[in-house]
Parts: sequence; C-alpha cells; structure tokens
Amino acid sequence: MMFDLDKWQEILATIRKNKMRTFLTGFSVAWGIFMLMILLGSGNGLSNGVASNFMSDAVNAMWIWSGETTVPYQGLKSGRPIRFHNDDYEQLKNMPGVKTVSGRFFMGNTRYAYGKESGEYTTVTCHPELNDVDQNVMLEGRYINQIDIEQRRKVVVLGKDIRDALFKDQPALGEYVKINNVPFRVVGVCMEPESTRNRNAFMPVTTAQTVFNGSNRLHNFALTIDGETLAESQSIEENIRRMLAKKHRFAETDDGALGMYNQLENYIQTMRIFQAIKIFIWIIGIGTLIAGIVGVSNIMLIVVKERTKEIGIRKAIGASPASVVGLILLESILITTVAGYIGLVLGSGLMELVNLAMMQSPGGEAQQGGTLFLNPTVDFGVAVSATVLLIISGTIAGYIPAKRAASIKPIVALRDE
Amino acid sequence: MIKLNDIHKSYAMGSSKLHVLKGIDLDIHQGEFVSIMGSSGSGKSTLLNILGILDNYDQGSYHLGGKLISNMSEKKAARLRNEMVGFVFQSFNLISFKNAMENVALPLYYKGVNRKKRNLMAMEYLDRLGLKDWAAHMPNELSGGQKQRVAIARALISQPKILLADEPTGALDTTTSYEVMAILQEINQAGITVIIVTHEHDIASMTKKVVRLKDGLIDEVIVNGELADFSSQYAREIQSV
Repeated sequence: MMFDLDKWQEILATIRKNKMRTFLTGFSVAWGIFMLMILLGSGNGLSNGVASNFMSDAVNAMWIWSGETTVPYQGLKSGRPIRFHNDDYEQLKNMPGVKTVSGRFFMGNTRYAYGKESGEYTTVTCHPELNDVDQNVMLEGRYINQIDIEQRRKVVVLGKDIRDALFKDQPALGEYVKINNVPFRVVGVCMEPESTRNRNAFMPVTTAQTVFNGSNRLHNFALTIDGETLAESQSIEENIRRMLAKKHRFAETDDGALGMYNQLENYIQTMRIFQAIKIFIWIIGIGTLIAGIVGVSNIMLIVVKERTKEIGIRKAIGASPASVVGLILLESILITTVAGYIGLVLGSGLMELVNLAMMQSPGGEAQQGGTLFLNPTVDFGVAVSATVLLIISGTIAGYIPAKRAASIKPIVALRDE
Repeated sequence: MIKLNDIHKSYAMGSSKLHVLKGIDLDIHQGEFVSIMGSSGSGKSTLLNILGILDNYDQGSYHLGGKLISNMSEKKAARLRNEMVGFVFQSFNLISFKNAMENVALPLYYKGVNRKKRNLMAMEYLDRLGLKDWAAHMPNELSGGQKQRVAIARALISQPKILLADEPTGALDTTTSYEVMAILQEINQAGITVIIVTHEHDIASMTKKVVRLKDGLIDEVIVNGELADFSSQYAREIQSV
C-alpha cells in the first residue's frame, strides 16, 4: 500500500493543490526541529568549550606553591618565606593518594640562542611526571626522562614556537641551543593541545638546579592525584597541607604560606554547573518539541475537519475507510518528514556554519586558551530521533481524527458544510 | 433489481426518537426511471440513502441485485457502492481542488484503474456530456449545470447498475434543470436504473414512475400511463396549499 505509485500521485496532487495547509504543517515541524537543533547545538558548544579548557590539563591535577606566612605560628613571626626543597619532593612522592609529582624550579626569562637566532622564553624545570599534568603532545623526539634527572643531563624539550623561531625549517633534534650561554641538547619538541602558544621549554629540574645556582630549591609542585570523587580529592589535599605545614612549621590554615589549586575540585564544580545548563537546555528543547507536536496535532485536527466533506464524497464513490485514513496519514507523514528534514538541515547547517566561522576566526578567544564555545554541533542520532519523534507524534495526532472521520457515515460527512 | 421489504428507520434526536421510515415496501426493476416525492420530512432522502448504502436501516430487508444489504462493514459497503451505485447530489459535491477530469476519474481510482486509463475514460465521459473543453477547469470555474454534468459523468464512469440522484436539479434554474433531466433520461434509455428524489412535480413528471411518500409511508405510486393526470393533480395540490 505504501509503495503504490498511484496513491503517492494522489497525495502529491492534494499537497500541490493545498499549498497553504501544507506550508503551515511543514513550517511548525521545521521550526520545532530547527529550534531544537540550535538549542542543543549551543548547549553542546558551551559545554564542549568549557570541557576543552580543562582537557588541556589533566583533570586530576593539583598545583602547590609556597609563599610567606601570614600568621605567627609556634613562636615564629608572620612574614616568613616558606621554601620547598628536594626532600619535599621525595616526601610528596610517597604520600598516599598521590600518583605522580613533579617539582619545578623557576628560572624567570631565559635567553635561548641558536646560530644567529635568539629569543627570551620561559624555562620550565621539571621531573618527567610534569607531562602527566600538562599533557603536552610530542611533535618530535621525547620528553624529559628519569635518566636526565639522575645524570643531570643538559637536555631540553622546546615548545613548538621556540623551535620555529630558532630553527626555522632546519631540524632541531640533536642540535645544541645556548640557554643563558650554556649549551643544551634538544631532545624533543612539544606542543600543548588546543593552544596556539607554545613558548615554554622544559629541562630536567636537577640540571637546572646545578647549572643555574638553584642548589636544592624547588618553587612549586605539580601533582596528579588518585581521587575519583570530590571528597577523596579534598582529603588528599588536606593531607598534603597538613604534612607540609608540620614540616615547614606554619599554621595549617595559613593560605599565604601554602597555595594549592585542585583541578578536579574546579572541574567537578564547573561540570556540575554545565550539567545543570545542559538539563535546562534539554527541558527547553523538549518544550520546543512538544510545541511542535501540538502544532502538528492542531493542524491535523483542522485538516481532517476541513476535509470531512471530501472524505464523505470519496466514501460515497467507493473509498474504503482504510484508504481514506491512509490518504490523510501518508500526506501528513510526507509533509512532516520533508519539513523535519529541512529543519534538521537548516538547524545543523547553521550550527556547522557557526563552528566553521569560529575555527577560521584568527586569534580571538582561542589564542588566550579561553574558548567558551567549541564545536556547537548536535549529535546526529539525537537530531534524527527528534525528527522521527515528531513524525510519529504527527502521525498519531493525525490518525485519531482521520480514523474518526473515515468511520462516520458518508451522508453525515456530506451534510457537513 | 431493488427489493425493499418493510423498511424501518429512525434517528435518535437527543432523548427522543424520530421514526422516519415506517415500513416501506418497494420493488424497482432494472431499467426503471423512478422519482421519489414527498414533502420535507417525509423520509425521501433517508430512503435514497438506504438505497445507496450510504445509511443502514433498522428493520426489514433490502436486496440489491439479489444481494441482501444488511449491516455490512464500511469496507464492503464502499466496494458495493463503487460497483453498483452512482450518486448525484443537489450540491454537486465535487472535490474543489481537483479539476473536472480528475473528479470524474476518481471512482476509477478506487477501483484500481491506472491513471492513464482512468483519465482517458474520464475524458470520454466528459465528451459524452459535452464538457470536453472544460476538462481542465476547476469546479469553481464551472456553472451549476456544468458542475452537475461533471457529477453525472463521475456517477456514470464506474458503470453502475443504478444511478441515485438527490434533488439533482435543486440548485439549478429551469432550463438547466430540463437539460439535466434530458441527460438522465438518456442514461435511463441506455438501461441504467435511475432513481431521483425531488419535490418538483415537473421534474417528477419526466420520470416513468413516481413514488410519493407521506409520513414515512408510501402514499401512492403513479406509473407511466397515469402521469398525464399528474399535472392536474399538481395543480390541485397548489390550490390546496
């Protein structure tokens, strides 16, 4: 019955002759789907954007830095600077709940030179574990490794921008760059995903301490921790604070002496907000969809009412009830499918366009690593199911009055003026 | 051809019941040209609807072409209507968004005739009724007489055994009414049983048999020979009003 060409010709003829009716039905469906696509797309874009900001670093990362005490403690007056040393690193490494630790020693701006090219860049001194936190991607060579640390090798991993500036198109791997006039061998080139700034160089923290007068000092620590939940990560955070406070003799509550940043805590909180926004968007989306369904149902009711007389005529000249129901339903399915598809294409097309425009916009937010909006597209499955849902509801909405109209006696239908 | 035996029909009007047909016995043979007359409310349209299987009856029996028509499913009734009966209505009942040819061809669509063939046949019937040049016109572009001729062509295209017409001239002026009647007479001469409902005596007098209903019963049946007297009776009736 569905594939009877004659039937489709009859339906197409009816659609052609009733353009206004067709347009109204189609418009309400297309609009519903279109709005849904935009809403869901925006929601996705927002949460993708925020997630990507976190994703460039490990979610379970924690940073610890030292400062000056702000309250007197155990007879020591406030304003005392707290300094980390290598033994703090060893102790942190053995703390329960801590997965990896990297100590860092700041060198300030350092001068990098190769041949005639030179520039000032940030040197990050680290343990190999730093990359568990930073999650940089190696473009060439390798990252700092344990042997570099133990043997205090003079090796360096360059950020992509440094390599490009110093080496242009020449190979950098294995070459020696002068860092504050000390030659270091380049062992790798890396870049931070989702970032356009790669002006950091990485060198073994032990080498830096030796070469640049750091003795055994460390400025901060980057950790990854083994806490799945917020409570777990907070308890690990507290343990670390307690241990360091005891060791360096400052009050546990002294935020000036010891700074800590827990990525997971922030991530979970932010994600919770976005979960709420996502739920909100879904509620609006479902509301839009329901409005579309109600629109289609309404129009179907009117269509059937409007066609009562036609149905009567058709029945009087030999149409069976089933053929009448089929005629009305197939027409409605055809219109909702085509209109739903149009809404789908327009809605997702618009979101793709926005996406494209954002990808191509030079600089802008992306450069600061502060993308708030990323990949605002809708999952194809979700889009198709929404359209199918609308078609099915339109069909059900049309079926009930069509069935009723088809079952009334032709004389009653004919009397209906 | 048609055999009615003690047909009763009543409608529920709110809480009360309106007894419209109170026992109709009627035989109509193949090739007859019958008009059903009566004042409004006498049940003439109801009778026609029952004859056309558009409505069912409460009591009695109705045989059409030897087949008992009783409580059949909508689907079966639709098929039987399509095969046996052609309808012509007072208000023409053409489908407004289809042109004359498509309207005429529609019964064949429900018979499963393919598009090309049914359009060809529709043109043939329109030609027979002198409407060939109007085939592509929409109903609202046609005059009342033309619309009724399209409706007649539509009723005939499925080659029915009987043609039922409910006040076929009710919405037409006298000249067009006579033209339509002439067409119906022609159809009748071709062997098709034609039954019309009318309240106009001059229209009724063009048929071969007049069935007069009064309060849901057959008041009198006037056949061919007596039709001459019919006009005088018509005049008498006018005086009595």
